[in-house]
Amino acid sequence: MEWEALFLTFKLAAITTFILVIISIPIAYWLAFTKSKIKPILETLISMPLVLPPTVLGFYLLIIFSPSSQLGGWLQEYIGIQLIFSFTGLVFASVIYSLPFMVHPIQAGFTKIPNSIIEASYVLGKSKLTTLIRVMLPYIKPSLLTGIVLGFAHTIGEFGVVLMIGGNIPGKTKVASIAIYDEVEALNYEAANEYSLVLFGVTFSILLIVYLINGGYIKRSTL
Amino acid sequence: MIQIALKKKMKAAIGEMQIEVDFKVKEREFIALYGASGAGKTSILRMIAGLLKPDKGILKIGKETWLDTTNKIDIKIQQRNIGFVFQDYGLFPNMTVRENLNYALQKQQYKNIINELIDIVELGDLQNQKPAKLSGGQQQRVALARAIVRKPKLLLLDEPLSALDVEMRAKLQDYLIKVHQEYNLTTILVSHDMQEIHKMADTSYQLDKGRILKENKNFISPDFKTEFTGEIIQIVREHKKLCKVIIKIGDNKIELKSNLSKMENKKEGDKINVSAILKI
Repeated sequence: MEWEALFLTFKLAAITTFILVIISIPIAYWLAFTKSKIKPILETLISMPLVLPPTVLGFYLLIIFSPSSQLGGWLQEYIGIQLIFSFTGLVFASVIYSLPFMVHPIQAGFTKIPNSIIEASYVLGKSKLTTLIRVMLPYIKPSLLTGIVLGFAHTIGEFGVVLMIGGNIPGKTKVASIAIYDEVEALNYEAANEYSLVLFGVTFSILLIVYLINGGYIKRSTL
Repeated sequence: MIQIALKKKMKAAIGEMQIEVDFKVKEREFIALYGASGAGKTSILRMIAGLLKPDKGILKIGKETWLDTTNKIDIKIQQRNIGFVFQDYGLFPNMTVRENLNYALQKQQYKNIINELIDIVELGDLQNQKPAKLSGGQQQRVALARAIVRKPKLLLLDEPLSALDVEMRAKLQDYLIKVHQEYNLTTILVSHDMQEIHKMADTSYQLDKGRILKENKNFISPDFKTEFTGEIIQIVREHKKLCKVIIKIGDNKIELKSNLSKMENKKEGDKINVSAILKI
């Protein structure tokens, strides 16, 4: 077993989760409170990764960002980013792929906040941003935690998208799930088992902690 | 002087309803709005606060204009200096009592008002508790204190006591009167409890289907009113809806008529509040 693949997996999951938190809060806020008619369309788009085979997403990302395509060529030439077969590409794809897992719980949390709490803050002269940071986000802490953990765990479990857009480059794009596939192909079941056990243990512990905290078994104020 | 003129088409359960009110409130006056549910009381309060946009209207608070639709003036909620007390309190559950009050402090405002308010509503012992640990009456006292921190020009109360029991309600009414007088507030109360309105308001407006039906000047000052706690001796049903209640107060017995439905949960031996108004 190479620790490199596992390290890469967790690095990918951590960076993806961090980016997801930053972009999901405004998206979820907008979705929860907008009266715009395009809301269902955006909701559908964000939820697509839930039902779409990951290979479909990976395939289109591969086409769109390949250096021979217009966008891919432009990105490489002017910004110097190559999204295909690179770690940056993996992060980008993971963010899209795990977006619904982060947005949905946060959006649900926002819609459950009693109106009077939000209005009370406005009436006390506080701006929308202050209200969001000091009243709303603390209120939805359990939803945020659920989103963060689901986003993180789901990224760890990625396979199809990663394989399509990242390939299998050791140290760069070869994450644990791909390493497992590799080892099985080479009939090296022992190594595959080691990777699998680590992933199983880590994801089990993460989810267990969330259920314990959100279920009130561990005191929430210790967060 | 506060001028309030508001118009708005609302979709109610019984179809469309037009809210159309025009009234003036003197500074330091205590006004009550009452009427059947769906009459538009809360909507009027929300329009004054800026939480609901009227179709047309004027809101002038002294020299300040908060709303003037013909001149396209519409000051944001945050900039209208009001205190608003919600029926379900609207306390921030992640903050303690003191933190809830601190949150309301404006930039460069002295902090001593927090201590002063905590004293007035007698929450000193509970100031480090989170709202979830408090009773309904205590939560509403926090909400009231929090609404005053900013020293608002106008205090708006949206059925603030309707979720509380009779005893708690009477106590909270006293706090409301105290705060109203202490901070020279102009207060508008939405309520459906006539007793409450009599006790607190100088003027009351009866609303029906979005319009003011009746204006009542209430000349009873709280000084002319007193409350007793008595014990029910007997409830005698007299009619389909009416009953006679015999109550013992001290060594005396009194007889009062009441609505049968109001006495449904009462039985002999229960404590009951009786208020008396001195009419001169």
